[in-house]
Parts: sequence; structure tokens; C-alpha cells
Amino acid sequence: MNVNFQIETKTLVLQLTEEIDHHTTKEIRRIADYEIERYMPRKVVFDFHHVTFMDSAGIGMLLGRYKMIKMLGGSLELSHVNQNVHKILEMSGVLKICPIQEYSKTN
Amino acid sequence: MKGLYDNEMKLEFACKSNNEAFARISVAAFASQLDPTIEELADIKTAVSEAVTNCIIHAYDGIEEGIIKVEAKLKENTVYIEISDTGKGIENIEIAKRPLYTSKPNLERSGMGFTIMESFMDEVIVESIVNLGTKVSMKKSIKKDQTLEKKDEKVSQEKESSEKEGEFYDI
Repeated sequence: MNVNFQIETKTLVLQLTEEIDHHTTKEIRRIADYEIERYMPRKVVFDFHHVTFMDSAGIGMLLGRYKMIKMLGGSLELSHVNQNVHKILEMSGVLKICPIQEYSKTN
Repeated sequence: MKGLYDNEMKLEFACKSNNEAFARISVAAFASQLDPTIEELADIKTAVSEAVTNCIIHAYDGIEEGIIKVEAKLKENTVYIEISDTGKGIENIEIAKRPLYTSKPNLERSGMGFTIMESFMDEVIVESIVNLGTKVSMKKSIKKDQTLEKKDEKVSQEKESSEKEGEFYDI
């Protein structure tokens, strides 16, 4: 996972680089929580550009981060979501609380 | 072996979370013989991942000694997948299948596992006996040559319209 913090906009961009399942969410959760607590961002963006796979474990992880960020007074956005990931996000209702910035052009 | 199926495979692996990717990729590779679309393959991968995750989190409850069995069979254009464990079983399958229900809310689980399996596959059957184990059987038909048929339709339509145009100019 690549981490990028933009100071002017207080935006934390977390670029996910792996397939998201029960196994990988442990590590994603650990890094994300650490970075969020460190920067106290106004906005957190999960970038799905390199994510080819996500299952319901990813939904749990996103909802958990959403609660945490909300409690700290920030907002959560998603970006570069591909078709397969979009399908799961839509089904689980995550899209109702986390807006998507822009769609991935490839698939 | 002359069986009921055109092709079959069987996998057994330890109940470790790093085997989730192995399981879904293996099944997807096996199912790719049916020439599915990328979307259909992603659906199969997701459903397998959900079922295997259930075995790891719920059936064996984090004990890494358990064995998860994955069987996949192909017949014509349908893939049949069976994922079974010998873990603690499900007491009430109806409740477990309910969307957003999770028996482990502290793990940040979404409770969407069975719901995703059911909507991504054509058929999902769950059989379970408490303290003996659980078996999830899934089925998905791969729609054959969708794109080719569409192309053929287009070509024939174009032909028709060009023929009509020709007639028009003849007159």
C-alpha cells in the first residue's frame, strides 16, 4: 500500500496495491489506522487503481475505516474503482456513504 | 475415467488465510476452460473466496490444523463447485444466510458472505451438521459465445439494411 498525504488539502490518499480479502485486510487495516491517526486528515481517499479483486472482507474493512474517520470528523472517498469491485460496493450499500471520485477507464 | 462430468479436480489445503488467494485462483484457472468472460470469472473467484473465508473464520475458528476441501467439476457449460470443512458447523443456516448477519461483529465482518455467493452464482446450497462440518455447493452456467452471437446479429442486420438500400437505388 502506498501512502500519500497532501498537506494543503489535508487529504490522505491510500493507494491499495493488493487483492483485498480476509488475509490482506489485516495488514491494510493496520497501516490505514496508523496513517489516519498520524495525520488526522480531513479527507481519506482509498485508491483502487491497482486492485483487481475484492470480496466482502473489503466491505468490512471499509466500513470500519469509515466509522473511524467519521468519528475524527473527516470524510471517506473511493477512487478508480473497477467494474468487479464496483459490483460488490454497490450490493453492500457502501456507495451510499462513500462517494466515488472517478471511474477506472480500463474495465 | 468415464464419469458424469467432463472434467473434475480436487484440492485440499490447510486452513490458513493466505490460502484464500490460492483457492480462488485455482478454481478460476480450472473454470477458465469453459471460456468465461472476465466478469463471470470474477464472480466465481469472489464466491469461492467468501466460502473459503467462512471455513477459516467460522468453521475452524482460527485453528490452523483444519483442512478445507475444494472440488470443482465441469459439465457442458456449467461449473459445479463444492467447498467443505469438518469444522463446527452452522446451527441455523437461515439466520447465517441473512444479509448483514454476522456471528462475529468484533471482527469487522460485513455479514455479506452468503448474500454475495447467492447473487454471484446461479445456485448455492448449504448443508451443515453441528460439530461435523459444512458443505457449500455452488453452480454457475457460463453463457457461451455471447459476443460472437451478437457480432453475427450485427453483421446480418447490416447486410439487410445494405440490401434494402440497394433496392432503393435500383428503383
